Amino acid sequence: MDKIDGQLLTLIQRDFPVTSRPYAFLGDQLGLSEADVITRISNLKNQGFIRRVGGVFDSRKLGYTSTLCALKVPENRIHQVKQIINEIPGVTHNYLRNHEYNMWFTLIAPSNEVIVDTLTSLKLKTNLDQLMNLPATQFFKINVHFKLQEGS
Amino acid sequence: MMSISELDKCIIRALQEDLPLSPEPFKKLAEDLGIEEEMLLKKVQFFLDSGMMRRFGATLRHQKVGFKANAMVVWKIPPSRSKEVGHHMAQFAEVSHCYERPTYPDWPYNLFTMIHATSKEECHTIAKKIALTVGFFDYDLLFSSHELKKVSMRYFCE
Repeated sequence: MDKIDGQLLTLIQRDFPVTSRPYAFLGDQLGLSEADVITRISNLKNQGFIRRVGGVFDSRKLGYTSTLCALKVPENRIHQVKQIINEIPGVTHNYLRNHEYNMWFTLIAPSNEVIVDTLTSLKLKTNLDQLMNLPATQFFKINVHFKLQEGS
Repeated sequence: MMSISELDKCIIRALQEDLPLSPEPFKKLAEDLGIEEEMLLKKVQFFLDSGMMRRFGATLRHQKVGFKANAMVVWKIPPSRSKEVGHHMAQFAEVSHCYERPTYPDWPYNLFTMIHATSKEECHTIAKKIALTVGFFDYDLLFSSHELKKVSMRYFCE
């Protein structure tokens, strides 16, 4: 990844041009051809820097409900419980963290009823009871935008 | 909440896929949807303006781009002060997310901040800086040791 890739990544996280020829537009800003921009983005995807280029939606504004959940999972059951949780379509993130509540996952669903049902069935399937449902009650900041250092 | 038409749902489904790397990617999407490119571009702008779409662009793998450590810093803040402190914490550039969440008998922490940095040590330094600024010191850092799943949500696919 060179300096121009860094500039390109910083730019296309937030200011991806919603126009007919977006890659040509980006090329004009960076002094590259349209084909160069396409090649660079393609390489950045292949190298794993970019997960996806697309819309990031606000679940609440689309009528969905989201929550963060934390579960205490015995060390020897982590693999099994992980599989049960990851199968749930609305689970978008799942991490092991250094705490007694060691499995932390986010769940998005069309309604709160679906969330409650999903968590109830999860407790039954895993036979684990120490599950916290932590839906945000106030939102102060939701902003993932990484400013890349030049040449990093 | 505004009502979302069936066409809008189709467009949202298309926009949550990976944008084609062809010179006219929106034209390609519009053709697949059976609408004019101009209408699709207007819809994208409408979704952005209305806040239904937070942004359109690249989602990065942040560990890959140098932010190797991410800490969920959890804070015990008196409920009467949580709003003010939450807004204050949100001002820090290193904080990407800041929420208030419920507490439980064995979980006293009500404010959550996500911190991204290049190392665990730096996460600790940033948390300390925030604590000194807001004047509350009952906090904990939870680092992720394993990423078990990370995908983008697919709306209107159930």
